[in-house]
Amino acid sequence: MMTDTPGSAVPHLPNRTLADRAYHIRRHALRMGEVQGQGYIAQALGAADLLAVSYFHALTYKPHDPEWEGRDRFCLSIGHYAIALYAALIEAGILPENEIETYGGDDSRMPMSGMAAYTPGMEITGGSLGQGLTVAMGMAMGLRQKRSKAWVYNLMSDGELDEGSTWEAAMAASSHKLCNLICIVDVNNMQADGPSTHISNFEPLGPKWEAFGWHTQRVNGNDIEALVAAFDAAKALEEPRPRVIICDTAMGKGVDFLEARERNHFMRVEADEWAKAIAVLDAGGMLDARRA
Amino acid sequence: MPLDKYTPRQVKLGPNGERLMTSAMIASIAGPDQRTAPAPFGHALTKLAASNPKIVGMTADLSKYTDLHVFAKAYPERFFQMGMAEQVLMGSAAGMAREGFTVFATTYAVFASRRAYDFICMCIAEEKLDVKIVCALPGLTTGYGPSHQATEDLAIFRGLPNMTIIDPCDALEIEQATAAIAAHQGPVYMRLLRGNVPLVLDEYGYTFELGKAKMLRDGPDALLISTGLMTMRALEAAKALEKDRVKVGVLHVPTIKPFDEATILREANRLGRPVITLENHSIVGGLGEAVAGVLMRSDTRPARFRQIALPDQFLDAGALPTLHDRYGISTSEVVRRVKAWVG
Repeated sequence: MMTDTPGSAVPHLPNRTLADRAYHIRRHALRMGEVQGQGYIAQALGAADLLAVSYFHALTYKPHDPEWEGRDRFCLSIGHYAIALYAALIEAGILPENEIETYGGDDSRMPMSGMAAYTPGMEITGGSLGQGLTVAMGMAMGLRQKRSKAWVYNLMSDGELDEGSTWEAAMAASSHKLCNLICIVDVNNMQADGPSTHISNFEPLGPKWEAFGWHTQRVNGNDIEALVAAFDAAKALEEPRPRVIICDTAMGKGVDFLEARERNHFMRVEADEWAKAIAVLDAGGMLDARRA
Repeated sequence: MPLDKYTPRQVKLGPNGERLMTSAMIASIAGPDQRTAPAPFGHALTKLAASNPKIVGMTADLSKYTDLHVFAKAYPERFFQMGMAEQVLMGSAAGMAREGFTVFATTYAVFASRRAYDFICMCIAEEKLDVKIVCALPGLTTGYGPSHQATEDLAIFRGLPNMTIIDPCDALEIEQATAAIAAHQGPVYMRLLRGNVPLVLDEYGYTFELGKAKMLRDGPDALLISTGLMTMRALEAAKALEKDRVKVGVLHVPTIKPFDEATILREANRLGRPVITLENHSIVGGLGEAVAGVLMRSDTRPARFRQIALPDQFLDAGALPTLHDRYGISTSEVVRRVKAWVG
């Protein structure tokens, strides 16, 4: 939910409207993909629901003052998901929609991998995977030191579970009792060389985070009701420990022929398919697009 | 290592029949008769923290071995123990800096430069965040072998954009440099001498200035350009050489980046002297090559150019005085080499 600062207040949205936000996030991302003829679109479509719930239900921020001290911090550890976060930032009014055409181009504020220096609302420079949680926990420590009530969110992928630094940070954040830190793990079970559980099996994942001392929830990351409940529970928790929401998501979600396509880390989309994907999305809205 | 590991050994004694001890990590590099000051970094940081509430200290299980324990004791609520996890140390230092703190993050130079490099690069340097990475055991200051000897840290960090790099000589300089880097906005890597640290530069009326090289003494026979503890050795060598009527100048370059090219060129162009660089670091990528680059790019050709530096090797374990002799960075070895090059 956002703050009620004059000119920036957006009312708390009912869940159906969150689905509408997710639809728009998917649509912005597809339009960016169309501009460059490429992009991590399958991941963006998969993460659209959790981003919608983050930006239109969980986070406090002022769209016209992205560096407002009281804001909740949202760290994108997975730099290549930038296309998804730009879409969310556009939908949130932090980035202008008319810059979609600049995506990935020279002098763009929306480069292919997310970097803090380029983009309003991009809190950290991700991309070297396994770093985001370490920075997010430092921000959580800093905010606590300042007696701030702001939250820190870190969005990471299941591939980042391979990195030792993820678990160093998990242990340290728990040791420091960082109860203002919420980690979101997007589990789409696909990384560069194949299915994540085949590359380096992270399952059973929930018990791992539990064992590291985190309050752990695992939900269908494309189920908005479930996501809302999980974010609410994470924030309402009074125990002095960090919280993780493991989100199982489907790559390509919302566009039937992309969701059905052979799963690949970098999904190939032909030039003529972008418009078709947008049409399918529009036809299905946020209803299950497989029926469209 | 000249003998293979299956060859039995006997006790080796020093020149006066004394037992040679491996220099422990907590040992001082000070000679037996040297004036020293205890934990200059820890005391300087504690003093600064009194007037600067933004200063926090973080470490990866090495507060006692980086003198940060002095600060931790004075300001426990501003001290953060991150565990033996250098990646988390650097990443969370970046996070703290993003929230407005001036972070002093300490570990050993090997762990910062080798293990945590990508975190220093992408989380800290790329964003010009206010993190001061202060690292003990630079170069050859422990006899524990390559796992603890940071012989290539300057080379690694010289390649990193936005990074300020300091290699201080003594306790006086560590104290002054700590204040200077706290006042400087942006990332810094500072090599640290810890424990009872030699006190040398007060004899020369020296004051540290970030980015400035300074002449400590002058002489027409050679220009010694040195950094870190090798400035101490250069000054000792200069005194010894003077007895043999060899008069050398000593230019101290504590800031490796940004590099004081103007002063280096001015002195290298004066008196037609041979130029000899001295560093407690590999011959690859440190002070010597930085000076050579400056001279070459400006078409400056000294009468002779030589480097005193550690060889491009993994160095032996053993007793530190033996190792400093073996690798040519002890005062007597400096004297011997300079004489050979100047004569």
